[in-house]
Amino acid sequence: MKWRYFKQNLFFLTVRLSALTIAAAIGGFLVYIVVNGIGAVSWEFLTEHPRDSMTKGGIMPAILGTLYLTAGAIIIALPLGVASAIYLSEYAKEGRVIRIIRVGVNCLAGVPSIVFGLFGLGLFVVFLQFGSCILSGALTLGILILPTIIGASEEALKGVPQTFQEASLGLGVSKWQTILRIVLPNALPGILTGSILGIGRAAGETAPIMFTAAAFFTAKLPASIFDEVMALPYHVYVLATAGTHIEETRPLQYGTVLVLVALVLGIDLIAIIIRSYMRKNKGW
Amino acid sequence: MYNNNVIETRNINFYYGDFKALTDVTMPFQRNRVTALIGPSGCGKSTLLRLLNRMNDLILGTRVEGEIIFDGQNIYAPDIDPVDVRRRIGMVFQKPNPFPKSIYNNITYGPRLSGTKSKADLETLVEHSLRQASLWDEVKDILHQSAMMLSGGQQQRLCIARALAMKPEVLLMDEPTSALDPISTAKIEELIDELKKEYTIIIVTHNMQQAARISDFTGFFYIGKLIEYNLTEKLFTTPAVNQTEDYITGRFG
Repeated sequence: MKWRYFKQNLFFLTVRLSALTIAAAIGGFLVYIVVNGIGAVSWEFLTEHPRDSMTKGGIMPAILGTLYLTAGAIIIALPLGVASAIYLSEYAKEGRVIRIIRVGVNCLAGVPSIVFGLFGLGLFVVFLQFGSCILSGALTLGILILPTIIGASEEALKGVPQTFQEASLGLGVSKWQTILRIVLPNALPGILTGSILGIGRAAGETAPIMFTAAAFFTAKLPASIFDEVMALPYHVYVLATAGTHIEETRPLQYGTVLVLVALVLGIDLIAIIIRSYMRKNKGW
Repeated sequence: MYNNNVIETRNINFYYGDFKALTDVTMPFQRNRVTALIGPSGCGKSTLLRLLNRMNDLILGTRVEGEIIFDGQNIYAPDIDPVDVRRRIGMVFQKPNPFPKSIYNNITYGPRLSGTKSKADLETLVEHSLRQASLWDEVKDILHQSAMMLSGGQQQRLCIARALAMKPEVLLMDEPTSALDPISTAKIEELIDELKKEYTIIIVTHNMQQAARISDFTGFFYIGKLIEYNLTEKLFTTPAVNQTEDYITGRFG
């Protein structure tokens, strides 16, 4: 009897410790970044261009660049991903073609990001002659996050109760209108979750934009989507590996990382607030 | 016998994949009358109901043979749009399924999408439909609140109002009271009695007393076949077939 309780307690302790370890790891990581990075962050850091071979000044162009690239990736991937998910979950008849598409989407999710970078370089930069620019980078990141968005959207669409669709179709509303007016609005919170994950990933990736969009340094802000940009993750990479003053710029590197993490968490937070607001109103 | 068919099924066979759910069902449905479909679970009564407005189209791997004549036309003819059929033959489901929208928007959802745009028309329609479903007095002050906060019985009457707002000719009801308490059930039964003045009603029910109380005609189904069809009064008092008698006297089912 006692032995059984001992085993039970041991088990609970193990799972509790596992959960705590993860929380501690995330907490420790955040504290480490904040402690090391906060000193570098100031109003000038956020609003000025880099100076003196990027050893001084701010990272404003990189912040803007990351925002442009992330926004571009979402603008490209969201409609395409949601449309694909609608096709997969609502229109496609189960069969070999669908299985192949699904396997393809899952494979795409597992492809290393550097492969996307090379693919983007080959297709957008070289073959389509966009050059290294915001458009090429956003397209590459868009493809990178597509599986995340398709997966989450499909789950969300399937999660809408079948009874809603029956009710709508039973009223003599066409399937297309039913999807547009009933299924899609009710799936929106879930689709948003997928987009949040996608945004986080797009903002943080370095490899896909290395060859397709990111510049070591630009003196001016981009004037169009056909210009190169600086980007936060690439900026960190450059400062930490390719600069002439690697040790000297360490605080700037941490500061940049802190800004990147804050940016991603900030975007997540906005999306989470919107999502919980929508969930509260749905009532099922 | 009274004869004014709105719908008539002719030699209907229906398959879910290899499973034959209905065999050779030929059955009339009279205008402005309530026809009840009864029978034990899995006998095909709900399947037949859903065939009448082509809701079974939505299930993959199903097949229909035979004809269902509505208003002189076979609704399974290739040139018929199922969306048009469903506009004219409305449906109320087993579990109340209002949309997660306001009461007002639940009613106006269908009419808006089929072309009623004017705000005044929509408002009239909302009041009229809710009155028809005897829900108006209970909800007239909360039209813009979510339909999800209504009770189960109110939700079901809202679903009836929503179906009526499309001005259908026929109303199909698939065990509309099986998820409701006795008081809500009584209200819906009263409502059905009222509605048959304007609509043809076809109702599937598990509850034989309900069928006896509210219907004018009854069809008894067993293992995919229409065993007996008659005036409700006759079917329940002097059934012609032994199986019917066994079922209504509770010997099986």
